[in-house]
Amino acid sequence: MSADTGRPVDRNFPTEDEYQVLLGKRTRRGTTAKFGFLFLLSLAVLGLAVLLMTIINDSFGLVAVVNQQEPEEIVASLGYDPGEVTLESLSKEDLVTVLAGGISNGVGRRLEREQRFFEDRLAFETQDKWDEVCASDEPPAGCSGGARSQGDVLLLVKERIVQPDIIASYGFFNSILGGNAFKDDIAGIFENTPERWPDYTFDEVRFQWRAWLNMTFVTTPSSSIPELAGIRTAILGSAWLVLFTVLFAVPVGVGAAIYLEEFAKKNRINDFIQTNINNLAGVPSIIYGMLGLAVFVRLLEPLTQGRTVISAGLTLGLLTLPVVIISSQEAIRAVPNSLRQGGMALGATKWQTVRSHVLPVAVPGILTGTILAVARAIGETAPLILVGAAGFITVDPTGPFSQFTALPIQIFQWASFPQKEWQNIAAAASLALLIMLLLLNAVAVILRNRYSRRMT
Amino acid sequence: MSDQPVTTGEDAAGAAGEIRPGMAFSGGFRGAGEGVPEELRPGVIETRGMNVYYGDFEAVSGIDLNFQYNEISALIGPSGCGKSTVLRSLNRMNDLIPSARTEGEVIYHGENIYAPGVDPVEIRRRLGMVFQKPNPFPKSIYDNIAWGVKINGFKGSRADMDDVVQRALEQAALWDEVKDKLKESGLSLSGGQQQRLCIARAVATQPDVVLMDEPCSALDPIATLRIEELMLELKKDYSIIIVTHNMQQAARVSDRTAFFNVELDNRGMRTGHLVEFSPTDLLFTNPKQTQTEDYITGRFG
Ligand SMILES: Nc1ncnc2c1ncn2[C@@H]1O[C@H](COP(=O)(O)OP(=O)(O)OP(=O)(O)O)[C@@H](O)[C@H]1O
Ligand SMILES: [Mg+2]
Repeated sequence: MSADTGRPVDRNFPTEDEYQVLLGKRTRRGTTAKFGFLFLLSLAVLGLAVLLMTIINDSFGLVAVVNQQEPEEIVASLGYDPGEVTLESLSKEDLVTVLAGGISNGVGRRLEREQRFFEDRLAFETQDKWDEVCASDEPPAGCSGGARSQGDVLLLVKERIVQPDIIASYGFFNSILGGNAFKDDIAGIFENTPERWPDYTFDEVRFQWRAWLNMTFVTTPSSSIPELAGIRTAILGSAWLVLFTVLFAVPVGVGAAIYLEEFAKKNRINDFIQTNINNLAGVPSIIYGMLGLAVFVRLLEPLTQGRTVISAGLTLGLLTLPVVIISSQEAIRAVPNSLRQGGMALGATKWQTVRSHVLPVAVPGILTGTILAVARAIGETAPLILVGAAGFITVDPTGPFSQFTALPIQIFQWASFPQKEWQNIAAAASLALLIMLLLLNAVAVILRNRYSRRMT
Repeated sequence: MSDQPVTTGEDAAGAAGEIRPGMAFSGGFRGAGEGVPEELRPGVIETRGMNVYYGDFEAVSGIDLNFQYNEISALIGPSGCGKSTVLRSLNRMNDLIPSARTEGEVIYHGENIYAPGVDPVEIRRRLGMVFQKPNPFPKSIYDNIAWGVKINGFKGSRADMDDVVQRALEQAALWDEVKDKLKESGLSLSGGQQQRLCIARAVATQPDVVLMDEPCSALDPIATLRIEELMLELKKDYSIIIVTHNMQQAARVSDRTAFFNVELDNRGMRTGHLVEFSPTDLLFTNPKQTQTEDYITGRFG
């Protein structure tokens, strides 16, 4: 490979043979490094795959259920053919009849006062008593609100009449590969814990394929019975939190970043501020929770009304703020100086230049950083516990001053219960949280692409 | 006087001023010196004992220059002698470099542009600049030109703006090449076209002076020739000051040439000085200084 150039030989350079040996070594070292990095990447992918599989495993699978009263029996008792009519398709009137047949009148009256069953008539109360109650100083919610829907009543029937009880639930992979092992399993459970299952025979056990994450799960509020619990309240809570986090962190963070990058003079005070922002980005989230509790929940209680969506949203906003500032600063810094010079040289003010040329170029970067920060905030649990997210709540948040819960709180709570079913719905809620994050990221990518296309 | 209120960029300190900046800058001097001996004629812009520092480092020292109306003046000299530094201090673009500091006076329309109370934004609006590397905005060709006009308070209609854009592009000899794709990105043009777009952008705001820092250094000979023709065309309406490394270019287009050189001062710093500022034909045929002669004949060591 070498050509005789006739140049004098410099002994500090390797001879041709030495060079070939060295070249071989270098090539091998490069190959080793490449496979090393591939291995590390595989580890990362494996870790993520295992994580996802665990969640999926718990979210889907077979369950063995016994019902206090079988839905078919209920349908038949109303005179319908259970082969044609399902419990779900019954009318609201029928369902109320079923409910009335299975609960005490006292419970029925309580439910009616919470929310009435029909617009035009009463199901449990007498009219006189109702008028009296509603005329009192503190009339219950049922006096003013609308009536329950068919779905609401169906849920009550399931909760109070059908009373499904899960004997055992099986993971996704187990369910697929398990074969006949379940029957033995159930028999074993009956045998070992007769005091828990005194009234049931093996024939009453139903095996059902169950996707714990399903539309009903997403659209129903929480419940004290895992089979009936849903995450609507938690999803809405998380959505409100994201809204306030973004509303607070993005304008404040981007504004601060613009000031620091474009306007701040280099002096001690600004250096000090910058250093502190960098440090704040690393402060553990629980400390933000302490701060949120002290400031938003306690000190500003007259404004925030205590443990409300806005207190938690602002706490999460503070938590994301340093990251938003830093990533926005980086995005702004990456804009070539020639654009600033070009703008200024035309007689533009600093702000005109920044707004028209620097920010549009920086927006994709700002978006990326912001979304990552907000995504982290969605998953935060510790600060929310401190600022008082409710563990059990079935009322949807409707505004900044509502009580709320959030997906990670719900997951944390469910996962801490010992029964297997709670683990299942905790996994399903985790999956829902992951999907929410993916959607958020998708929005970011779309926004970014739209912006980038405009620029070039 | 610009239509805008004095919005101060970096010089807020002096804005609440006794001086109404701009009044003195708004034309009226042009041609005032017909018949007056050249040395006494007031130039469009003049530096008096100007020193520029970057931190402690004195980049150029004692610069006295008087640029004339409707002329092309060239700044030449070896690399690092401070040509760009001088050019940037003529429209206060040096203010964008935090460590830069200018001493002495730069007189524009009878007033020192470094006096307290002068808004650098107005100075830059009257002394436009074209950079060594073309830097069109990542916007459409049309917007590249319309933006500078708009932010300076253009009051005309959409159609008026179309005219302004077209005239600027024609002046920059770019109209024929881009008239069918004004909506396309300025970045989609070739390097030479981009540079002409930047020139069009600079002249569209109707400055007094166009400062150009090696505008042709990234261009091929044909594009370079086009830009030179363009400068000769523009000089009817504008005063042009150009930094160039290309001595043929200076000889071809400029009316007057300033030669800078670096000297080691007693602290061992390389500070730039003005060696000679003469009409171009004189400087190239009959230089007064031996340094100049060495440089233009390539005997520079
Ligand atoms: N932003 C800056 N900060 C510090 N020093 C600078 C800066 N810009 C220029 N200098 C210094 O000032 C001196 C003059 O630089 P300048 O860019 O004006 O030279 P120039 O004549 O334009 O050179 P060239 O022909 O290579 O462009 C050089 O020594 C340079 O190192
Ligand atoms: Mg230069």
